[in-house]
Amino acid sequence: MASAVIPANQAPKLNYLNNGHSLRSWLLTTDHKRIAVLYLISVTTFFFLGGFFAMLIRLELLTPQGDLMQADTYNKVFTMHGMIMVFFFLIPVVPAVLGNFLIPIMIGAKDLAFPRINLLSWYLYIIGGILITHVMLTGGVDTGWTFYAPFSTEYTNTKIVEAGLAVFIAGFSSIFTGLNFIVTIHRMRAPGLTWDRLPLFIWSNYATSLVMVLGTPVVAITIVLVAVERLFHLGIFDPRLGGDPVLFQHLFWFYSHPAVYIMILPSMGVVSELIACFARKRIFGYKFVALSSVAIAVFGFLVWAHHMFVAGISLYAAMIFSFLSFSVGVPSAVKVFNWTATLYKGSITYATPMLYAFGFIGLFTMGGLTGLMLATIGIDVHVTDTYFVVAHFHYVMVGGVLMGYLGGMHFWWPKISGRMYPEGWAKLSALFVFVGFNLTFFPQFILGYVGMPRRYWQYPPEFQVLNVLSTAGASILAVGYLLPMIYFLWSLRYGPIASDNPWHAAGLEWKTTSPPPTFNFEETPVVTWEAYNYDEIPDKELEAPVAR
Amino acid sequence: MPDSPATTQVATPVTAMEHEAHNPALLHHFVDAQQQKNAASLGMWLFLVTEIMFFGGMFCAYLVYRLKYFNAFAAGSQQLSIALGATNTAVLIISSVTVVLAVKAAEAGKRKVLVGYLAVTVLLGLTFLGIKGFEYREKFERHHVPGPTFQFTDTFDDNGRQIPVDSNEAQLFFSLYFAMTGMHALHMIIGCGLFSVLAVLAWRGHYSPGYFTPVENAGLYWHLVDIIWIYLFPLLYLISRHS
Amino acid sequence: MSEHEEHTTHSQGFYIAIGVGLLIGTATTVGAAFVNLGPFNPVVALLIATIKAIVVVLFFMHVKDASEKLAGAVVLSGFFFLAILISLSLADYLTRSWR
Repeated sequence: MASAVIPANQAPKLNYLNNGHSLRSWLLTTDHKRIAVLYLISVTTFFFLGGFFAMLIRLELLTPQGDLMQADTYNKVFTMHGMIMVFFFLIPVVPAVLGNFLIPIMIGAKDLAFPRINLLSWYLYIIGGILITHVMLTGGVDTGWTFYAPFSTEYTNTKIVEAGLAVFIAGFSSIFTGLNFIVTIHRMRAPGLTWDRLPLFIWSNYATSLVMVLGTPVVAITIVLVAVERLFHLGIFDPRLGGDPVLFQHLFWFYSHPAVYIMILPSMGVVSELIACFARKRIFGYKFVALSSVAIAVFGFLVWAHHMFVAGISLYAAMIFSFLSFSVGVPSAVKVFNWTATLYKGSITYATPMLYAFGFIGLFTMGGLTGLMLATIGIDVHVTDTYFVVAHFHYVMVGGVLMGYLGGMHFWWPKISGRMYPEGWAKLSALFVFVGFNLTFFPQFILGYVGMPRRYWQYPPEFQVLNVLSTAGASILAVGYLLPMIYFLWSLRYGPIASDNPWHAAGLEWKTTSPPPTFNFEETPVVTWEAYNYDEIPDKELEAPVAR
Repeated sequence: MPDSPATTQVATPVTAMEHEAHNPALLHHFVDAQQQKNAASLGMWLFLVTEIMFFGGMFCAYLVYRLKYFNAFAAGSQQLSIALGATNTAVLIISSVTVVLAVKAAEAGKRKVLVGYLAVTVLLGLTFLGIKGFEYREKFERHHVPGPTFQFTDTFDDNGRQIPVDSNEAQLFFSLYFAMTGMHALHMIIGCGLFSVLAVLAWRGHYSPGYFTPVENAGLYWHLVDIIWIYLFPLLYLISRHS
Repeated sequence: MSEHEEHTTHSQGFYIAIGVGLLIGTATTVGAAFVNLGPFNPVVALLIATIKAIVVVLFFMHVKDASEKLAGAVVLSGFFFLAILISLSLADYLTRSWR
């Protein structure tokens, strides 16, 4: 991986990348920045693996007939796509890569509170990843990523227990990451860095960590129960033996709905950082944006049964959950409105990270508003398990999470690698991602609305035009994802050397060197300023921070 | 990735050891021992919360089925031995006292007292597990273990009325009984292992009044396992006993 | 970090007294189970269990003595979210017309 290459004519600086080159110095590291790089490599691998399955799905759906694969194969393909993307990419991606790298630096600490547990988290993630890869190579699973009982416990003959174990182990990786972040943010802040001076990225990761710690154990025990049920047929989720399969859904979604906020909250934090930097303004309504993260985390636990409106829950419960689901819209809207208000009269630079931030706001708003439509029982009953739902959550998870992640990767790449990426290529790929994304998923809203169900490998011929559009969009999207990988790798060797603060951004991470030294700061910083004090950064520094 | 020829390397791996101050237990990335202690303590409390939620999923399943199949749950519960359950509760409570006295001894730097209390705690934990094992054996003998061999012919005695009980519904009670007490016993086993290691380390003098965080945190874990049992006992053993 | 956590360690007798109190609580639970309180049997049992749990948290786990309230808040949040899980699930189960 990246070794910082420093020309001989410059004073060589010791940083986290050139502090030891052996494989051992990476695999046994406790440096949060190195662990972040390990995560970066591994989640990227799983992203392309999940993306490979996505392409198989889109290729199969290019034609109405099931001609590329059998129905059984298709079931396994979309299941593996979902499992890998949810548990091994979306949940860890922003916290484990950007959060791991940035949280200690942003709060002026030398490392996370528990560096060895941090390394353990990565190993757990890898063990889970190896298991799921093994499942994938030896036949896969066909239940969908949701493991719904009693199909998973009684009927399918695929490797449920092993896949469950993989998710269980990856879940503990996530729990330990969240625990580490919470303790770090509480205990390790630099002198003067009070809660109302914290960057919003910290706030959002804090809220995410709360969900990780509170929610993940419930899905862990649920998976244990599924495994026990499958092995011993106790009847806990088997209606023939008096069990209730809907109970499985309650327990599963109690975690898995908040898990959506595990995914989106850190990206929201990234977007707050990007907008403040490239509008050169303090975030409008800082406190509201900060607290809305925590509000989203808490409200996120109150809404899970909107996944179950047609599963047989009581009408009364459906009404309660419908009503509560709307409440999540409030803190989400607070964020979107405050970002927009921050842009007002800001001096905006259209650097690549900012393009992704704009993409995030637009696509997340689409995803969020269609979420409100789905929270309405009447509409949800109509479009349940159609492509409308598929499009909705891809707008949030891909349009939201991935846009935020890519924006953050471009923004902090100079800090992580010490190199600048090629701005022209980056803008081009941002365009590819945005256009490709909308072309892929907007037709799916229409498809779902006119009644195309999800998870089938065939469809009536009248749906073909929209499906072809979607597949074409997915191809463009794939190019948009491959390009950054290529030019990021390219920039490791050929990219211009990044200065310590190429964006003239506020925030402690820009006050140390690029890449940072092993313990982040020469001496512990003392914070005497508010977050995003862009009005205190001189104007002349603003000149073309991007042109390189 | 190989380095280019123009690179100058001055890398020397900086290990944690070189950064350690005079206190050998203080890790390099903490400012002082107090910060380290506070971090470890908060981390432990958060871990306990994950344990609460982990068991919480089973408590939720228990409540749902207890409300649904009350008669079967009462009949199943009446097959459990209150004497053994209550004895185990008492054993756990006493072990919690010995743990708290162990922490006190650690704080006072009384090495032998600390080791003694830790050993007693492990013994009490093993006593609990022994009694639990005895109960499990009895369940096997009476075919009350869920699965193909499960049999349940008892009725629910509701103030003299004998209400027949569906064997599937009773199996759900015993499924949850084994899931909850089994998961609890697993935590007990982990706790016994933990305290055994701590006792050895304490014997070797690893802990001092200035540093006994592991003893304290293991104690917190033990108390939580105790609390979970405090709820399990009435929920599993004492359903509708008055009839 | 300004939070300092100094235990005001209690005497050995104090802890033993607490332990005896918990044992009495257990005996009370068992005794109360044999009295017909109608629908209040489980309520009483859980009430006693909760009192015992609170005693353990406050005195054995030293939340009462800790000068910072964070540990208490953390453990309360656990029970709070557990209550959400149970109460909202029961909001479904208790109102089904097809039970």
